[in-house]
Amino acid sequence: MSEQQITDIIEKYRGRPGAVIHALTEIQHANHWLPREVMHEVADALEVPFSQVMQIASFYKTFSLTPKGKHELHVCTGMTCHLRGGARLMAKVEELTGLKPGETDTDAKFSLEAGSCLGSCSIGPELIVDGKHYGRMTPERAADVLKQYD
Amino acid sequence: MPRLQTTAELETLRAEILAARDPAKPCIAVCGGAACDGLDSAAVASAFAAEIEKQGVAAKVDFRVTGCHGYCNKGPNVLVGPDDVCYFEVKPEDVADVVAGAVKGEVVDRLVYHDPASGEKAVHMSEVPFYKHQMRILTGDIPRIDPTRIEDYLAVGGYSALAKALSKMSSDQVLQEVKKANLRGRGGGGFPAGLKWETTKNAPEKTKYVIVNGHEGESAAFMDRAMLTGNPHRVLEGLIIGAYAIGAQQGYIYTRHDSPSMAKHVTTALEQAKELGLLGKNILGSGFDFEVELHFDVGIFVSGESSALMRSIEGNAPEPRPKYIRTSVSGIWDKPSNLNNVETWANVPEIINRGADWYTSIGSEKSKGTKLVSLSGHVVNSGVVEVPMGTPLRTIVFDIGGGVPEGRAPKAIHFGGAMGGSIPIDMIDAPLDFDGMSKLGAPIGAGGLLVMDEDTDMIEMARYLLDFLVKESCGKCTPCREGMYQMLKILTNIIEGKGRKFDLERLADLTEVTSLGSLCALGKTSSDPLKSMLRYFKPEFEARIAAGSEAK
Repeated sequence: MSEQQITDIIEKYRGRPGAVIHALTEIQHANHWLPREVMHEVADALEVPFSQVMQIASFYKTFSLTPKGKHELHVCTGMTCHLRGGARLMAKVEELTGLKPGETDTDAKFSLEAGSCLGSCSIGPELIVDGKHYGRMTPERAADVLKQYD
Repeated sequence: MPRLQTTAELETLRAEILAARDPAKPCIAVCGGAACDGLDSAAVASAFAAEIEKQGVAAKVDFRVTGCHGYCNKGPNVLVGPDDVCYFEVKPEDVADVVAGAVKGEVVDRLVYHDPASGEKAVHMSEVPFYKHQMRILTGDIPRIDPTRIEDYLAVGGYSALAKALSKMSSDQVLQEVKKANLRGRGGGGFPAGLKWETTKNAPEKTKYVIVNGHEGESAAFMDRAMLTGNPHRVLEGLIIGAYAIGAQQGYIYTRHDSPSMAKHVTTALEQAKELGLLGKNILGSGFDFEVELHFDVGIFVSGESSALMRSIEGNAPEPRPKYIRTSVSGIWDKPSNLNNVETWANVPEIINRGADWYTSIGSEKSKGTKLVSLSGHVVNSGVVEVPMGTPLRTIVFDIGGGVPEGRAPKAIHFGGAMGGSIPIDMIDAPLDFDGMSKLGAPIGAGGLLVMDEDTDMIEMARYLLDFLVKESCGKCTPCREGMYQMLKILTNIIEGKGRKFDLERLADLTEVTSLGSLCALGKTSSDPLKSMLRYFKPEFEARIAAGSEAK
C-alpha cells in the first residue's frame, strides 16, 4: 500500500478527535498493520495525544502493531466450531504453518489468528483465509486449502 | 430518486414501484447469508445471472441475491417465488434446471427437501419442517428483498410504520404503544424497551442519542447479523421511529467490522434513506430531524456492553464504567443515550403498524412477540430460527432442528454464549421465555442456542468458555480480571487430573465473588455458565476430581 493512500485516509479525518478508531480501522484494513510513524501522523492530524492513539491501537484486537503475513489465516474458535472440533483443526493448522495464534512466519507468508465467532456456525468448523470462508473444514483437508496460497 | 416531502409522496412512490411489478412473475432468490456465502453461494448467484441471460428469459423471471433465508446448513439456499419453492444445496450445475423450471412453473425434484427418515418430500417453504414450525414476522421478508435496494423494502410495505408514526401519532403515543406492547430488549437482559425509551425521553438534556447495538459478540449467535445484513432498512425504520418517540437528533449503528456485506448493506441503506428524505432534515414534512452514523467495533467482546460501546463510539478504548447513573440518562458524551439491539429495533415497525394488541397476542405471559434464535451445535438442522416466545425448547431442537445427528442422544442445551448457561436435556419442555430460562440458569441472552450431544465434556466446555472470557476481559476491575483467571486455573487442573478435594467449594466462592464484585455485565455473568454446570452436572466434576486423585 502506498504512503499516499495512508495520507488520504488520515486527511479524511483531519481535525476529528472522535474518529481515531475510524482512521485506524481503515489503515489496518488497507495496510494490515499500523506502523508507529503512521500512528504519530494520525495523532497529529486528528489532534489527539499519541498516547491515546497507542491505547486504542494496543487495546483492540483488530489492530496489529507488527507487520502481518501476505495471507491471514483465521481458525474460528467460537463455541459451535469448538464443539465440532475446532481445537483439532487449530492444532493441525499450527502444525502445518509452524505458527501459534498471533504469530507471523519469517517469510511473512502466513499470519495465524484464533478468530472469534464470525457467525457461520452452521457450517463450522471454519478456516478463513484472507476473508474467504472454508466451511466444514477437517484437519485432513486443511493442508489442501493452504497449498492454494503462496 | 427525488427527496420525499410528505407521507403521501411516499405512498405514491410505493404505488409506482408495485405497479411496475407483476406479483405472479417467478423470482429466484439466492441466499447470500453468512453460511451460504461460506458455501460459495456467490458462484451459484453468478451462474444464475449468466443462465437467465443464456436462456433469454429475463422478461419471464426475476432474480435477486438476498440475505439469510434461515436454513443455513442446507446452503446454498435458493427460493423460487411466487409460491416459495425451496431448493437446497444448489450448485452452479443445477441452475439451468432451476431457471427452466421457474419459467415453466415446474419443480426440480432432486433439489427439494426430502425427509431423511421417510424420504417424503417437502416442496414449499410452508411444508419444510425447518420452516413450518416457525413464525417469521421479522425474518419473513428477507428472501423477498435485495438488501441493497430500498425499492424492495418499500414494495413489502417498508417505512409505512414511520409514515404512520410521523403523520398520525404524537411522540408520546408512539412511546405508549411500545410500552403497551411490552417489547423487551432482545440483547440479553430482557429489560422493557419502552421504559428505557421513557428514561431517555424524560432526561433533562436536550441532546439525545439512539443506538443500534449490532455488535453481536456472543459466540454462536448469528441472528442479528442475518437481520441487519438481510433487511437493514427494517432496523433503520425502527431506529428512526424510536428517535422520534424519544426526541433524539442523532443515531448510531454500532456493528462488526469483520463482515464486509453487512457494512456494505448498512452503508447503502443509510445513503438511500438520506436520498429519499427518510433521514435528514424535516423527515416526510414532519418537522422531525434525524441523522445516523455507522460505527465499527474493532474486535473485543466487552465493547458490546452498553457503557463500553458508548466509549467506543466516542473514539476511546471500550472500558465499561460503573452504572450508578444509567447510560439512558448519561451515555455518549454524557448525554442521554438509548441503546437497543438489532432485533429489538426490528420489532418496532411491526408494533406501530399492527398495534400493541396484536403484538401482545403473540408470545408467553411476560415475554411477547417472536424471538430470533441461532440454532447450532450438535443438531441436524442449523440456522436462524424465529418462533413465538413461549415455544417449548423441544419444538426448536427436535421439530425445527431435527434432533442430534448420527443417532446420538442429546445431553444439554446451552443458551446465551459465554455468559449464558447449560441445562440438562430433561428440561427440554421448558418454554422459551426471558424469566423462565433465567430461573433455570440458562438465560436466553441474545439467543444463541447450542445443542450438546452425549459425548460433550461439560468440564471442558466450562474451561473453554472461561478461557475465552479471560482473554476478552478489559482488565479494568479486579474481580473479573483475577477471579476468572483463578477459576480457569482450577478447571484446567481438574481436567489435567490434578483436581483437589475443595475445588468445587472454591469455584462456588469465586463465582459468587466475581458476580457480586465486577463492574459490568461481562464480569457479573462471566461465571454463569460454570454456575449452571455446577448446578446440573456436579457429579461429572466430582467424578473427574476423584478419578484424578486415584490416578496419583
